[in-house]
Amino acid sequence: MTDTAREDALKPEVVRQMRRDARKRYFQDSYTLWKRNPITMIGTITIALLILIAFIAPLLATHDPYEQILADRLFAPSAEHWFGTDNLGRDIYSRVVHGSRLTLMIAILVAVISGPIGLVVGVLSGYLGGWVDEVLMRISDVFLAFPKLILAVAFAAALGTGLENAIIAISVANWPGYARMVRAETLAVRNSDYIQAIRVLGAGRLRIMVGHITPMCMSTLIVRVSFDMGAIILIAAGLGFLGLGAQPPSPEWGLMVSDGRDYLVDQWWVSTLPGLAILIVVLGFNLIGDGIRDILDPHQRQS
Amino acid sequence: MGNYILKRLVSLCITVAGIAIVTFFLSLIVPIDPLAAIAGPQADPETVERLRAVYGFDQPLHVQFFRYVERLAHFDLGMSFQTGRPVLDDIIYFFPATFELASIAMIIAIVFGIPLGVISAVKRNSFLDQAARVISLIGVSMPVFWLGLVLLLIFYFKLSWLPEPGRLDIMLIEPPRITGMLLIDSIIAGDWEVFQDALMHSIMPATVLGLFGLAGIARIARSSMLDVLSQEYVKTARIKGLSEFWVIVRHAFPNALVPTVTMIGLTYGGLLEGAVLTETIFSWPGLGRYLTVAFLTLDLNAIVGGTMLVAISYSLVNLLVDLLYAYLNPKITLAKGEG
Repeated sequence: MTDTAREDALKPEVVRQMRRDARKRYFQDSYTLWKRNPITMIGTITIALLILIAFIAPLLATHDPYEQILADRLFAPSAEHWFGTDNLGRDIYSRVVHGSRLTLMIAILVAVISGPIGLVVGVLSGYLGGWVDEVLMRISDVFLAFPKLILAVAFAAALGTGLENAIIAISVANWPGYARMVRAETLAVRNSDYIQAIRVLGAGRLRIMVGHITPMCMSTLIVRVSFDMGAIILIAAGLGFLGLGAQPPSPEWGLMVSDGRDYLVDQWWVSTLPGLAILIVVLGFNLIGDGIRDILDPHQRQS
Repeated sequence: MGNYILKRLVSLCITVAGIAIVTFFLSLIVPIDPLAAIAGPQADPETVERLRAVYGFDQPLHVQFFRYVERLAHFDLGMSFQTGRPVLDDIIYFFPATFELASIAMIIAIVFGIPLGVISAVKRNSFLDQAARVISLIGVSMPVFWLGLVLLLIFYFKLSWLPEPGRLDIMLIEPPRITGMLLIDSIIAGDWEVFQDALMHSIMPATVLGLFGLAGIARIARSSMLDVLSQEYVKTARIKGLSEFWVIVRHAFPNALVPTVTMIGLTYGGLLEGAVLTETIFSWPGLGRYLTVAFLTLDLNAIVGGTMLVAISYSLVNLLVDLLYAYLNPKITLAKGEG
């Protein structure tokens, strides 16, 4: 390499261009891998549809999801009621469509509550070390000692039933896993050269943690949370089914499955169709998660 | 190894203490007055106050906590409002049914999960591998309670191939209770009719629970098998002319089993979770259903005691799995120096 070329290579705009190219290549590779894997594509389409349905639910619904017409109770699926009607004469299709909003809201809120808690605990624990680390990790150990669903159910029961409490309960069960992962990530970067350089320049601990460590942990955390979306929805539906989550007349899918239990023999649609909605959405999230695992896998990238 | 075990036991003790704190906190936020439940609805205020002193609810929180710990040290979990018996007796009574169900589920998960994973690894990226992947993804995505209802609808209500929810036909008499596990008790009593009926009753709930664990086992079996197949000694075995079948069965599979065994242990804990929903649907008189009823009726002592015992047994299983793993895989002793 000639001297001028070496100087050129150090110019900020050249470096920036190289970085931009590298990033573009990364995204292009990711896109190629995404396209190559039909499983991931199906998952993405499913979730895109879920989001779309949740946004335009009132336009898609053919009936009022709460209106009870007792004369129309337990109708089989037909052109008028696509998924039939339930024991109170409500249109199940419209309720499933509106329920998509609840499902999406639960998944997002749990992620938004438990993700940042895990992030803060993990970064503090990993960066400060010492007794802070010891105490925080012991606490998360204790929470990890409970099976997730049991902890969520116990807290939902103790806090009182209702959607808000269910969301809090699931978040309580959810954060320790994130804290563990963020801590590991923090330990991996805390002694790297660039962090030491900033430390030598005189940056405070808070500044390093907020400005330099947290951003490094974000991508792993976001990926991990997206893996968990399906599991979060399953736990929420389980709480609804047990009667400890969303309460009637809310069109929460787990609750709707439970409502239809008494009519299983002759009116199979009341229970099974909302359950099918849960299966499809959770499967969509899990298909994406499975695909992301492959896309991020460096072995796959080289080929 | 001895050092490692000791360290793990110490951290287990800390975890158990933490579990006690969390469950105590749980009992504080339960929105019922435990006194009202003890005294009954007709009690006059004076009696309630007297009871408050008797049970120590007038004491400051830390005193209450120490009393709670003291009771725990004597294995006293209090009475259940639901059954009117000590919570610990209830749990001991209901546990065998859950253990029996979880064990059958585990057998189903292993018998189908391991071959599924091994075949996927051997025929990597084939149609079979993709199909196995999709099947196990559907397995983890299925709401347990929904699958239970669908199976009931098809195999009991429509086809009548399998019996109704419950553990035993009401016309049959339970064998003398020895282990609490019907299948084993009926063998001991030599009552084959009961054995057969109990087995038929357990097929559906065990399948539902088994699917819950199958996907995880299949995935781990696949990835550890892939790992092993790329090792040098497998290549050596091939070069010396061994047929592919024996390479897999004799050389690759036993080594791939190590991580799979750990997963099996973890799955056992996961089955406890699944049992809560499965037992509710199949009216299976086990711990899961006992806990569900306790949660729904706010049976305070049962909630606190049940949750605590589940967490402690879950931690114990995790510890055993880790120790087993360390025993099977000598490389793990490195962890001793780490922290």
